[in-house]
Amino acid sequence: MIGIEHYVVVSSILFVLGVLGIFLNRKNVIVILMAIELILLAVNINLVAFSAFLGDLTGQVFAMFVLTVAAGEAAIGLAILVIYFRSRGTIAVDDVNRMKG
Amino acid sequence: MDFKDSLGLVAPELLLSVAGLILLLVAAWVGDKASKAISIAAVAVLVGASFLVGPALANGAVGPDTVAFMGQFRADAFAAFAKILIYLSAGACLMIAPSFFDRYGAMRAEYPILVLFAALGMGIMVSASDLLTLYIGLELNSLAAYVLASFLRTDARSAEAGLKYFVLGALASGILLFGMSLTYGFTGTTSFEGIRVALAGDMSTGALFGVVFVLAGLAFKISAVPFHMWTPDVYEGAPTPVTTFFSTAPKVAALALTMRVALDAFGPQADAWQQIVIFAALASIVVGALGAIGQANIKRLLAYSSINNVGFMLIGLAAATPEGASAMLVYLAIYVAMSLGGFVAVLMLKGEDGEPVEAIADISGLSATRPGLAAALAIIMFSLAGIPPLFGFWGKFVVFQAAVQADMIALAAIGIAASVIGAYYYLKVVKIMYFDEPAGVVTGKSDWAHQAILVITTVFVSPLGFLLTPWLGAHADAAATALFLAV
Repeated sequence: MIGIEHYVVVSSILFVLGVLGIFLNRKNVIVILMAIELILLAVNINLVAFSAFLGDLTGQVFAMFVLTVAAGEAAIGLAILVIYFRSRGTIAVDDVNRMKG
Repeated sequence: MDFKDSLGLVAPELLLSVAGLILLLVAAWVGDKASKAISIAAVAVLVGASFLVGPALANGAVGPDTVAFMGQFRADAFAAFAKILIYLSAGACLMIAPSFFDRYGAMRAEYPILVLFAALGMGIMVSASDLLTLYIGLELNSLAAYVLASFLRTDARSAEAGLKYFVLGALASGILLFGMSLTYGFTGTTSFEGIRVALAGDMSTGALFGVVFVLAGLAFKISAVPFHMWTPDVYEGAPTPVTTFFSTAPKVAALALTMRVALDAFGPQADAWQQIVIFAALASIVVGALGAIGQANIKRLLAYSSINNVGFMLIGLAAATPEGASAMLVYLAIYVAMSLGGFVAVLMLKGEDGEPVEAIADISGLSATRPGLAAALAIIMFSLAGIPPLFGFWGKFVVFQAAVQADMIALAAIGIAASVIGAYYYLKVVKIMYFDEPAGVVTGKSDWAHQAILVITTVFVSPLGFLLTPWLGAHADAAATALFLAV
């Protein structure tokens, strides 16, 4: 029987993968955007699982809001990435270093 | 509370959102030549919105009459205090922008509209009394802020600042959301009131994780150590008017939100989060002070200064008392004035052709060439350092007083000792301006709006500000009482 613990474990693993994807990735900013989506999907799994477990609809409503905002966030992230690429000609993470200290 | 009353309570938010949408249409129709007019209209809307929230603060609004939309939103005196600071500082940041962007031909009509929507999001943040409202307000603010950071889109530094702010801001939102999902799962509700009831007594490990993740996400937004690393880069790279905005209004909103979440929703578990807040406060003070020492860019120096000041404000939160909350609000009001004045002074540092001067070495001997500007910057620096008799001292004093009253004498003592380290780099800037050979770089003319805002903020943080202490203290007390009576 699959219980609430299984869902929480899966979502925690996805969340950790997403965070590691942001910090360990040294190649490409697009991968960071994917990692962010992974984090948000981990949250959604949590919300929907808890919602079903508690018999309370709030979690599912919350998940819809998260999906909507995630779409807006991805659009803005890609737009910023485009202007960044225009001015620098690269989207490698190691090159994002004009400012340091 | 029926729907009509709820609409009355969100009148400032309605005004901002409707005005923002109308101005957006105007901008789409008329184009960038309307950007000045749209800026003026946006400032008028922000001032109007602060008049709308004024009565709630003056009456000390509290209780069930302030709750709108079935517990989603709370328009009490606490929210009103934060909103007035947010709206007024956002308005000031609009007034200083045109002369900066005109030089790059980048004064586009989106700028005031983005600021309006960010201010709307911040108003929702400080009024949130449900995790869902909190999230919507936070994202409305953040999405506008990411765009603002990269507003000078032909400038590589601005684009990089936008990219860094976006990635770390989205990570912070993700951490915050994960914490909210755990909090929801282990308490069974998203309303602050319900969470408070569920967290009374012993807390489950899952709920503890939720609390820690939520506070970590909020620490990102207020740029408290150990989640501060984005601040110097974003503050340096973003266009200076945008940096001014970031260091004032969103700071107020995020700190007020942190107060409401910690003291209202997580109030029964104060023992659990106090340790985290104490660590973040002391680490922010020390890292902010030490990090600023080697900086050669004045915007970067002010970024570390803002990390340092957030640490002092968190001491007030660590006390977890109404006195601590009131002290934090007083500090916030003074900090907004200091920060606004500091960055406006940086905006006024211009070279022969009006190009911005940001290197600290270039302002050496400023007192000989621009005595007024040097004096204002010196007063603001002394005030940021908390040296009496300047008004910045009062903010630190009330915060430490609250910590001592809450029997946190060690915390207050360490904080006072660390504020001495911080004084070093503020004094270094003053020394460079007054005692070094003139570099003769800062020769550009200043805009009247910059001068007006610099004069107002300098007078506010000068010893004359102490005339306002009874008035400011009374309103901060009313706001803090509203926050605690909701509990």
